[in-house]
Amino acid sequence: MYKYDTYDQAMVDARVEEFRDQVRRRIDGHLSEDQFKPLRLMNGLYLQLHAYMLRVAVPYGTLSGAQMHALGDIADKYDRGYGHFTTRQNIQYNWIKLDEAPNILADLAKVEMHAIQTSGNCIRNTSSDQYAGAAADEVTDPRPYAELIRQWSTFHPEFCYLPRKFKIAVIASETDRAAMRLHDIGVQIVRGEGGELGAAFYVGGGMGRTPMIGPLIKAFVPLDQFITYAEACLRVYNRHGRRDNKYKARIKILVHELGKEEYTRQVEAEFAHLLSQNIEPPTAELERIKAQFADPAFETGLSEELDRSDPDFALWVDNNCVTHKASGYIAVTISLKPIGGIPGDASADQMRLMAALAAQYSFDELRVTHAQNIVLAHVRKDQLYALWQALDEAGLGTANLDLVGDIIACPGLDYCSLANARSIPVAQKIGQRLAAKEQQIGELKLKISGCINACGHHHAGHIGILGVDRKGTENYQLLLGGCEGADTSLGQITGPGFDEDGIVDAVEKATEVYLSTREGNERFLDTYRRIGMAPFKEALYG
Amino acid sequence: MAEVQFRFRDDEMVGDPGVTVGAFGEQSNAAAVRLEPGDEARDLLPHLSRLRLIEINFPVYGDGRGYTAARVLREAGYTGELRAVGDVLVDQLAFMRRCGFDAFAPEVPLDPADAQAALDRYPEVYQPAADGRVAIWAKRHADVQGG
Ligand code: SF4
Repeated sequence: MYKYDTYDQAMVDARVEEFRDQVRRRIDGHLSEDQFKPLRLMNGLYLQLHAYMLRVAVPYGTLSGAQMHALGDIADKYDRGYGHFTTRQNIQYNWIKLDEAPNILADLAKVEMHAIQTSGNCIRNTSSDQYAGAAADEVTDPRPYAELIRQWSTFHPEFCYLPRKFKIAVIASETDRAAMRLHDIGVQIVRGEGGELGAAFYVGGGMGRTPMIGPLIKAFVPLDQFITYAEACLRVYNRHGRRDNKYKARIKILVHELGKEEYTRQVEAEFAHLLSQNIEPPTAELERIKAQFADPAFETGLSEELDRSDPDFALWVDNNCVTHKASGYIAVTISLKPIGGIPGDASADQMRLMAALAAQYSFDELRVTHAQNIVLAHVRKDQLYALWQALDEAGLGTANLDLVGDIIACPGLDYCSLANARSIPVAQKIGQRLAAKEQQIGELKLKISGCINACGHHHAGHIGILGVDRKGTENYQLLLGGCEGADTSLGQITGPGFDEDGIVDAVEKATEVYLSTREGNERFLDTYRRIGMAPFKEALYG
Repeated sequence: MAEVQFRFRDDEMVGDPGVTVGAFGEQSNAAAVRLEPGDEARDLLPHLSRLRLIEINFPVYGDGRGYTAARVLREAGYTGELRAVGDVLVDQLAFMRRCGFDAFAPEVPLDPADAQAALDRYPEVYQPAADGRVAIWAKRHADVQGG
């Protein structure tokens, strides 16, 4: 994985000192809260309902064991002994004291981490495929391109006061595991006609109150013009994106209002101009980064066999492990969704254990997934049972990847000052209610957001739940049929909303409709697509 | 009008305040113009040779269109004064310098020590912009840049 050189380290060290200085100016009264707010936000520090929350960047979701260990230590030292992994492949700490925040950044900098641009109207942390480097279907590892974007976008002087936040995803396989087309820019690394690599640009996707699937605006950008093209996309947005209404300020609205053709025309004109400005890193820089993402030294001649005699282990393998490109290896997802638990939370001890297991079993590397789980991407099959036992003992062996218990939930009203409703208790109740049936139900992606900002990606859930405020009480809308990936679709609202217990019943009813009408190997989503909304409405409201 | 508090050039200051882009179009002898966030910087490109001062207004610091306007003007070869006016705060100075601003007239004067610290903060930059600073990637590969 990527290692900082002295340049990278100097940048994060300077940031720590800058933020220390900003906090000092705030505490001694030089800065008003209004003036301080954009500065702390650029450092990922939010003022939540009860305390400050710090969001730490995990670039493209990849971490070393030492980094994960440090995250655990920070949870102990500055928070209440746990952290929350988010749908942006980051980690958040919910109980932070302002005067300690600079020390946390200093601790992070020691392990080559930071909170730069984890909030604010700038280019945010780039997301990627959690199986990068392990997936059999990728044309290349997408992370070097994401790292190139990380560096280009860090303190980009022109793009720190965009109309709105800006999220980029990079993938490199046909199967989209990163919801790439629901990002402001989605990049897919593809092979051109001559076999050379290039980048397909999808621009203007997003969730929030106006969910949109990003259209393809350029099928092939040569890699030696990759950053220049991204710069052109951003410049047109910075110049013309709407600033009159925060809810219409994302690039998806600009692309929609201009039309894909006109937006593309403007980007092409800017691109032609920028090509003369020599802003593209040399290919040697991409090669330098790529070398750091070279495959680890996989052993050869390993057995493909797994001893499945322990039924609990066999169930976990079937649910949580996927095929690896190297024979004898497998990619493992550690579920952070124990039954009745808080989705995405991990204790300090769990983090340190995962760090140690990564060192022992997976080339000292972990990934955070946008579904709020942790991946060990390169595990030897002949060591899988030992790994599972260690995980299971620590409460990390839940066998529910992509099942109804693998719920994505935003922090909601328990923490978030923008929330209309709580997400966490709803997730906990649904998880408990359906735990006994989840294997029978099979793949069912359930996603919960506490408000229209859609941090819980409810539009993209096979079942989505949106917290709304109805005359001062918490109310939940139910959506069906959303999906991310190659066949991205947006969920539709079933009808009137439900109260907290009502929404748990409603989800159960929806699963009953599915179980009684599914044909063959249909997943919930397939059945919904075949029979439509009507039978579900009938069961819910009839 | 706010005073120019910081200026990073040696030539003589233009005395007249900048006229609006609309007035500029009609006044063929004006040497100073003031751009608002919604104005199109590229409309000025045919007139760059006679311009000595372009003020770019930031009515609120969060409206970042002026950064693009500044870079566009520098990329087109404008060498006159580029002055940021309005809601200009300490922590925007370094970004503004990088986009080509070389004078600042903040509505509320800044603490000079804080401003200097902010301008000196970052030893390196990750990307080229309008200030001629050498990007980290260019330093990493100085041998392959070929001049
Ligand atoms: S979706 Fe709304 S409630 Fe949930 S974290 Fe985002 S802003 Fe907060």
